Amino acid sequence: MSKDIRIRKGLDIKLVGEAEKITADATRSNVYAIKPEDFHGIVPKVIAKQGTEVKAGDPLFHSKSNENMLFPSPVSGEIIEIVRGAKRKILAFKILGDKEQKYTEFGVKDVNSMSGDDVKTHLLASGCWPFIKQRPYDIIANPDKAPKAIFISGYTTAPLAADSDYILQGKEKELQTAVTALSKLTEGEVHISVGKKGSSPLKGLNNVTTHTISGPHPAGNVSVQIAKVDPINKGEVVWTVHPQDLVIIGELLLTGRFNAERVIALAGSSVKTPKYYKTIIGTEVSSVIYNSGVHDEGNIRVISGDVLTGENVKPDGYLGYYHNSITVIPEGEDYEFFGWNKPVFNKISPSRALTFSWLFPNKKYDLNTNTNGEHRAFVVTGSYENVFPFDIYPLQLLKACVVNDLDAMEQLGMYEVAPEDFALTEFICVSKQPHQNIIREGLDLMLKEIG
Amino acid sequence: MGLKDKLHKLKLKYKDKKMAPAFNAIHTFLYLPNEITHSGAHVRAADDLKRTMNTVIMALIPCLVFGMFNAGYQHHLAAGEIEAVTSGFFSGEFWTWNNFTVGLWKVLPLVVISYGVGLAVEVLFAVIKKHEVEEGYLVTGMLVPLIVPIDTPLWMLAVAVIFGVVIGKEVFGGTGMNILNPALTIRAFLFFAYPTWMSGDKVWVHGAVERANEIAGGAKLDAISGETVLGSLAQGKELSYSASDMFLGFIPGSVGETSAVLILLAGLFLIFTKIGSWRIMLSGVLGALAMGLIFNGIVSADWISESSKFYSLMSTEFWHHLIIGGFAFGIVFMATDPVTASQTNKGKWIYGFLIGFISILIRVFNPAYPEGVMLAILLMNVFAPTIDHYVVQGNIKKRMKRLKLKTA
Repeated sequence: MSKDIRIRKGLDIKLVGEAEKITADATRSNVYAIKPEDFHGIVPKVIAKQGTEVKAGDPLFHSKSNENMLFPSPVSGEIIEIVRGAKRKILAFKILGDKEQKYTEFGVKDVNSMSGDDVKTHLLASGCWPFIKQRPYDIIANPDKAPKAIFISGYTTAPLAADSDYILQGKEKELQTAVTALSKLTEGEVHISVGKKGSSPLKGLNNVTTHTISGPHPAGNVSVQIAKVDPINKGEVVWTVHPQDLVIIGELLLTGRFNAERVIALAGSSVKTPKYYKTIIGTEVSSVIYNSGVHDEGNIRVISGDVLTGENVKPDGYLGYYHNSITVIPEGEDYEFFGWNKPVFNKISPSRALTFSWLFPNKKYDLNTNTNGEHRAFVVTGSYENVFPFDIYPLQLLKACVVNDLDAMEQLGMYEVAPEDFALTEFICVSKQPHQNIIREGLDLMLKEIG
Repeated sequence: MGLKDKLHKLKLKYKDKKMAPAFNAIHTFLYLPNEITHSGAHVRAADDLKRTMNTVIMALIPCLVFGMFNAGYQHHLAAGEIEAVTSGFFSGEFWTWNNFTVGLWKVLPLVVISYGVGLAVEVLFAVIKKHEVEEGYLVTGMLVPLIVPIDTPLWMLAVAVIFGVVIGKEVFGGTGMNILNPALTIRAFLFFAYPTWMSGDKVWVHGAVERANEIAGGAKLDAISGETVLGSLAQGKELSYSASDMFLGFIPGSVGETSAVLILLAGLFLIFTKIGSWRIMLSGVLGALAMGLIFNGIVSADWISESSKFYSLMSTEFWHHLIIGGFAFGIVFMATDPVTASQTNKGKWIYGFLIGFISILIRVFNPAYPEGVMLAILLMNVFAPTIDHYVVQGNIKKRMKRLKLKTA
């Protein structure tokens, strides 16, 4: 049954440097990197040793806990280095890309005649499985546990994030193939939410239930949509896929090739000409950034992903496996004279305590990475609720996580949330507490203790 | 090299030293620190705890200034040196330099002692426990001088502040962890340790105690007495103040609590800035009005005789309760303390309503001390976690029910 979801609680963070809707080809990166840390909770077991030649789609490593779960190389080339950190933990597989891409052929499939098990085996073998994530715990889906439904969010609300409507243009065929395949993986339905306005290519797909959604961030977060459509109870599992990854899954089924190409947004106030780029997962971020140029090169933060949930990758880093945007903003490592009590016009604030962002609801801000205050104990109450559209008490849940109270975490709705859902509460937090970290650690503890 | 760089060098020098929290506390007053985000969201909103606290202090400043004028005004009025105000809030008799200087020299030492002693204790604990100095005391330190009688001896205040900060806050783990409102803990300590300085008809006007002592010593002088409105009512005396005097604040009382109009404006300011909880303030007022109406109803139903000692307080018009005594001040500034109040939005409604309700109950039935808001807030501080518990249980039950429907 299709629903019209309206979200009232939330906050749209309007920032300078939105990507213009033009797509350019990024410079080809020399080296590509796959970072096992992008796959939370996966312990990698190396398959492709240093010096091996791989084709695009060949596995680099498998999960220690499930050797059928393969993680593929996005390009063809030579493994030039496996970077290791403390305790020989693998930090990255570096692949020197070939000039001519060579693909492993997985065979063209007719999805309509495939069974659920066929789809599962095929996705695992071709390395597309890691695109499917699960709630609870926000980790890669466990293939052995059937989900009650699959959710896909086609609505973009995160600040400066790549607009799903734009990056999916012309991909209707791949999307349809992918959702048909996914619909075989669940007894329940595949739910897709699209923005009420806007023309998403996800709109008229078959074999799915389409919902419309409107409202401020975090309306685009898939957990919000799950909570409104079919909330997760204890013991239930829901899978989620980002629409950009549906394109890769669809192409695999249609052409037999794992093509890790992706349209990403390059945005942020430090970028001279923010726009969209066509590139490949694992590319050097510099191959994208320096096409557009940056202001004040010595003082930038390069984020793979959006400003709320992305990862700080430094200018010599690589695009994360799940990310579809690169954001560059100024660092804020400076003091501000009487910054705590003077009137503030150039920063966003949920209050009106001599902060005036409420006067200019449509103004775009140029925020830097300064925390605007120091870490303190939780003091203020009632403010998180204004940006948290769940039937969950956010402060109480955070406190339960801090004190590792598993029973309370379970009762207060921990199964329904992901760290990204606490990005806004973290943004407005007066005490500057690391909410996303707290939730991530809480989820990890639950996974370990309860499973 | 500017001040900014010099302080930055000092900060690096003191890093990991014992005195770091003390230095940083001063440093962050001058400069918003150069801290950048390390995990989670890369950008953050402008508000921090200092700004939040500072907003409350800004709301308190008018009450403080009014309190200074009022201290002088009550003193001169009781001594018969000036006439009572005649022409509303901006009466010339009130806003005189003469009144202000008397008040300034009485109130300023209270402020200095409150902040000096309180912050010293805070810094001491920060250094011992190796955490940063948190801003909780900024507001407490301003509240304390506003809720004590004008002639409170400074040593008493210092002792009470030490007690309040240590027992009321630090033993629980500091800012954000305390159960009782620290400012009210300080006042409650004064109240129970030195009751003669906290109630009666001599302490509310500057000079009254001194004069009484002189008279007792044989001097032939007129006694100065200045009873609070509640004090008079509790003894069934004729009231010499009009409702407008009480609303505007030209009455004896604790330093900053008298002007209901300024407190009302401060409350609206706190609600507008989204710093104070409108739920607690509104429900507190509703609770007080409800109790006031009940008492008025008892009086009009003739269930109580005029000879009863509760009669005059019970028959006080229900809405007068809002503008006499410390009720308005307590509801706007003390009940809304986010740490000790209920933390859930539903809980805030219950918490605020009960504070208002119980305040008026205690006010009417407490023969020794005719003000209830302090005790009502402290009582509800203790019950706030219980209220929250049941509100959160409601949410948990809803989730369990959803699960049962699913599995049934």
